[in-house]
Amino acid sequence: MPVRETGSVKEWQRRTGRESLFHWVLWLIGIAIFAYCWQRISESTTWFFVWDAPRIANDIWTRATPPRWEYITQLGKPIWDTLNIATLGTIFALILAVPVAFLAARNTTPSAYLIRPIALLIIVSTRSINSLIWALLLIAIIGPGVFAGVIAIAIRSIGFCAKLLYEAIEEIDTTQVEAITATGASRWQVMAYGIVPQILPAFAGIAVFRWDINIRESTVLGLVGAGGIGLQLSSSLNVLAWPQVSLILLVILAAVVISEWVSAKVRGAII
Amino acid sequence: MSAPAFDVTTQIGKPWKKPPFVQNPLLRWGLLAGFIAYLIAAYMTIDVNWARVYEGLERGKQFVLAFTSPDFTSRSGDIYDGMLESIIMTVAASVVGIAVSIPIALGAARNVAPLPIYLICRGIIAISRALQEIIVAILLVAIFGFGPLAGFLTLSFATIGFLSKLLAEDIESMDRVQAEAIKASGASWTQWINYGVQPQVMPRLIGLSIYRIDINFRESAILGLVGAGGIGATLNTAFDRYEYDTAAAILILIIVIVMALEYISGIVRARVQ
Amino acid sequence: MLRLDKLVKTYKTGDQALKAVELEVPEGQVLALIGPSGAGKSTLIRCINRLVEPTSGKVQLGDVELTTLSSSGLRRERRRIGMIFQEYALVERLTVMENVLSGRLGYVGFWRSFLRRFPQSDVDEAFRLLDRVGLAHMADKRADELSGGQRQRVGICRALIQNPALLLVDEPTASLDPKTSRQIMRLICELCKERGLAAIINIHDVALAQMFVQRVIGLRFGAVVYDGPPDGLTPDKLTEIYGEEDWEATIEAIGDDEDEEVAAQ
Repeated sequence: MPVRETGSVKEWQRRTGRESLFHWVLWLIGIAIFAYCWQRISESTTWFFVWDAPRIANDIWTRATPPRWEYITQLGKPIWDTLNIATLGTIFALILAVPVAFLAARNTTPSAYLIRPIALLIIVSTRSINSLIWALLLIAIIGPGVFAGVIAIAIRSIGFCAKLLYEAIEEIDTTQVEAITATGASRWQVMAYGIVPQILPAFAGIAVFRWDINIRESTVLGLVGAGGIGLQLSSSLNVLAWPQVSLILLVILAAVVISEWVSAKVRGAII
Repeated sequence: MSAPAFDVTTQIGKPWKKPPFVQNPLLRWGLLAGFIAYLIAAYMTIDVNWARVYEGLERGKQFVLAFTSPDFTSRSGDIYDGMLESIIMTVAASVVGIAVSIPIALGAARNVAPLPIYLICRGIIAISRALQEIIVAILLVAIFGFGPLAGFLTLSFATIGFLSKLLAEDIESMDRVQAEAIKASGASWTQWINYGVQPQVMPRLIGLSIYRIDINFRESAILGLVGAGGIGATLNTAFDRYEYDTAAAILILIIVIVMALEYISGIVRARVQ
Repeated sequence: MLRLDKLVKTYKTGDQALKAVELEVPEGQVLALIGPSGAGKSTLIRCINRLVEPTSGKVQLGDVELTTLSSSGLRRERRRIGMIFQEYALVERLTVMENVLSGRLGYVGFWRSFLRRFPQSDVDEAFRLLDRVGLAHMADKRADELSGGQRQRVGICRALIQNPALLLVDEPTASLDPKTSRQIMRLICELCKERGLAAIINIHDVALAQMFVQRVIGLRFGAVVYDGPPDGLTPDKLTEIYGEEDWEATIEAIGDDEDEEVAAQ
C-alpha cells in the first residue's frame, strides 16, 4: 500500500483509538519488511557499479546508436520462426485447453471431487511457470530449437486459456442448456447445441488475446535457445554488438505493437 | 400479423444450410486456404529433429517421475537463498512499483491531468508495457551489474506499466458526479483526489496490486536466467546438470507459492468489494 | 394419458416443493396450473420430464413409468414431451432454423446434428411450422435479433417439431406485453387443438388462464387446492390459492378484456 496516504491527519480521526493503533502497527510492520528487503538487496549490490551506472548507460547508448540497419536482412527467418512459435503454440494450447476447461468447469465436469481438482491443478501449474522456464526444461529434454519453443508456449498457455474458458463456461445461461436437454438430446448434443454456441465468442476472444501475449513471449524464448529472434539477440549480446542489439529491440517493439493492433482489431470484430 | 410475403412452398423439399460465418464465398475459401497454406509452411520450416525428440522422451519421463520424489535437501542452501531473494525482490519491487504507479496513473487519466502531463505519463506506460521484463533485466544488468538490484528495478518498472494503465482506465471511467460534488465544495486538487477519486478506485487498486504481486513473483523466477537475482539462477543450474529432482523441487515451491498468493488474493478481493 | 401419482419433491435445503401431488391429464386436454410464486408450479412440470428429479412418486406417460427410466430411456421419452420456457430459452447465438431443428436432436445422431445435416423431412416440417407461426422468412436470422413474441413463437416451433404427445409450458407470457401474451396463449391453444395435444400451462395470470383453457389446477405450498373448470374460480377459491386479496377487480377485468377482444375482432 502506498506510503503517501499516511500523511493525511483527517484519516485517523474517523477511526477509534484501537483501530488507529492497529493501523499504525500494520504500517510499522509493512515498513519494517520493506526496510529489511531493501537492506538485503543493498547488501548483494556492488554499489560501485551503481554509481558508475550513468556513465555506463551513456556508453551503451552511444555504442548502440545508430542501429545497424543492414542487419535486418538476417532477421527475416528469425521473425518467421517467432511468428510460428506463437501461432502454433497458441493452436496446440487451445486444442488442449478446451477439454481441460470442460473438466474444470463446475457445471460440466464429470466428477467434482476427482477430476475437477486434477484439471485445476493442471491449470494452476502450467500458469504459474513462465514460458522461459518451460523452454529451459524442454531444451534439456528434446534439445534446442523452434520445436521446444512451440511446446513451451503451448504448455504455458494451457492454464491461461483453460482458466478463462472455464470461467466462461460457468457463466453460461443454464435455461438454454435446459431447453436443449428437454428435447431429448444426448450429452454431446447438449454440449454442441446448448453450451458451445454460448462460449464461442469468449473462446475466440481468448485465442486472439493469448496469441498477442505469445508473440511477446516468443520473442525472448531464443535467449535460452528455443528459437526465434531471441537467438539473434542472445548472440549479439554475447559479442557485445550493440548496434545489432538496438535493431533487434526495435524489431521486437514493432512486432509487439503490430500484434497488439491485430489482436485489438480481431477482438473488436468478434464482439 | 404483418409478415412480408414469403411463400413457404418454395422452401419445401429443398435442403437447408446454415448461413456461413463469412458471407463472401471467395473471402471464405481464401481465408481457409491461406490458413492451411500457412500451417503447412510453418510446419515445413520448423525442422523437428524427431530422433532427438525420441531420445528426449526418456529424459522427459525421468523429469515427470522426479515430481514424485522432489529433492529439497541436497541443494537446500541454494534453493533457500534463491527463493528468499525472489521473495525480497517481489516485495520490494511491488511496494515501490505500486507507490510510483499511483501518481503516474493520476497523470495518465485524461479527466484528472492536463494534456502535457497526460502525454508524458502515457508515454512512460507505453514504454514499460512494450518492453518485456527479461529484456529490461538484460539492459539493467548491463548497466547496474549482476544482482537483485537489477531484478528489483526491472519488476518495479514492469509494475508501473501494468498498474498505471489499468488504474488510469479505472479513474477515467469513474462516476463524475461524485467527484464533481467534492470539487463543488471548494476542495483543493489534493483534497479532491483524496475525497472524490480515491474512494472510488481504492477497491480496484487493492485488487490489481495483489494480482501484480502474484505476477511479480512469477516473473522473479526467470530474472535469474540473465543474472538479475532470484531463484532462476539455481533453476538454470539444476537443468544444466540434469538434476531433475532439484528442478522439480523448485518448480513445486513456485507453484505452491503462486497458489497461496492466488488464494490470498481471492480472499482479499472478496473483502474489499 | 399423463398420470402423476403421489409426486413428492424435497430440495436439499429441506424445502418441500411438492407434497404428494396427484393429477391425471386425459388425451388432448389443455389445463392451466395457477398459484403464487413458490407454490411449486415450475417444479411440478420439471419433475414430469425430470429436468428436476422427483424425490418419490410416479410419473406415468401413456404406459411408460418415467421416474425409473435409465438416461437413454429418459431421452427417448423426452422426445414425446415438448417444453416451452418462460424466457424463451432459445440458444441465442444460433439461427432461428437451428433453434427449431434442435427439437429433433433426440431423433438424429450426434454427427448429423453437429454438421447440421438434418433429414429433409425435418427441414420441411420446420419450415411448415415457422410458416404456421408467421416466421418462415426469419429462418436464417439469429435468435437474438428477434423480438420477445417472435422468440416465443420459435420456442413453440421447437417444442412442436418434436412431434410430442404432451406440451409442458412454463410461464409462456411472463416476459411479454399483454397483447403479445394473449396472442401467444391463443397460438398455443390453437396448435394443441389442431394436433390433439395435451398441455400443462403454468401461468400466473389468472384472467389469461380463464380465457383459454378448459381446466384449471390451483397449487398452493406444493399441494393441489383447486381442480375444476375456469368459471368455478370464485373469489373464495382464489383466496384459498393466493391468500387474502380483493378478487372482484380481477374477475371484473376478465369480463372487460373479453369485451374488448370481441370489439377488436
